[in-house]
Amino acid sequence: MNTSFKQNKIAGVVAALLLGLNLATAAPVKEGDAFPDLSKFGLEGTLPDTKGKIVLVDFFASWCGPCKESFPAMNDLQKKYGEKGFVIIAINLDKKKSDMDDFVKAHPANFVIVRDGENKLVKEVKIATMPSSFVLDKDGKVRAAHHGFKGEESVKKYNEEIESLLK
Amino acid sequence: MKTKHFLCLLALVAAGLLSGCQHVSPWERGALADPTMRVDADPDGKMLAEHMWFSREAASGGRGVGGGGCGCN
Repeated sequence: MNTSFKQNKIAGVVAALLLGLNLATAAPVKEGDAFPDLSKFGLEGTLPDTKGKIVLVDFFASWCGPCKESFPAMNDLQKKYGEKGFVIIAINLDKKKSDMDDFVKAHPANFVIVRDGENKLVKEVKIATMPSSFVLDKDGKVRAAHHGFKGEESVKKYNEEIESLLK
Repeated sequence: MKTKHFLCLLALVAAGLLSGCQHVSPWERGALADPTMRVDADPDGKMLAEHMWFSREAASGGRGVGGGGCGCN
């Protein structure tokens, strides 16, 4: 075996390893993508029927400050559009269930809350910030992605997006 | 000899790629977001520490308060 062949072989193995690492880190979910099927990630809690509905999927955790601010706003959205075919699914990412329970007790919600305790779903979606939320159309396609909660600015965008999808 | 150099270089590149900083995903930052991780988590304690520092070292500032020990403010 000559030197050059050896080097090529080693370089090939390194390239394959790097390619493997690259493939292992798939791209995050973005606007236009089909959102992963929530029923396939072993989420704790009962998922609502989302067939033919506009869905807001929100990722939150008890330690996240803006998540606390987003809950009253999401309560308002659920109340305003709930009967028109809109549903919010909040996905908790706390490691301890008790942390989620304490959070929900302090910040009551009129929408569905499920738990992704093993972080399987969030690893698939690869959110960039906490909180992150996705507005899905009736076909489960991501029509808008929100990174963080920015008070009135976010609420205005949610309203616009939901109203245009409910038309 | 050439192969040896090549392998050394590869080992260095691999060490750089496979070790180093660990990326913490946004959803794993619960511990980092804990209030006790703040530099100013205990304002009273910080104030006392500053006072002791000033008394013992005859110097103040440099830790988030005005002045750098020059005595000009």
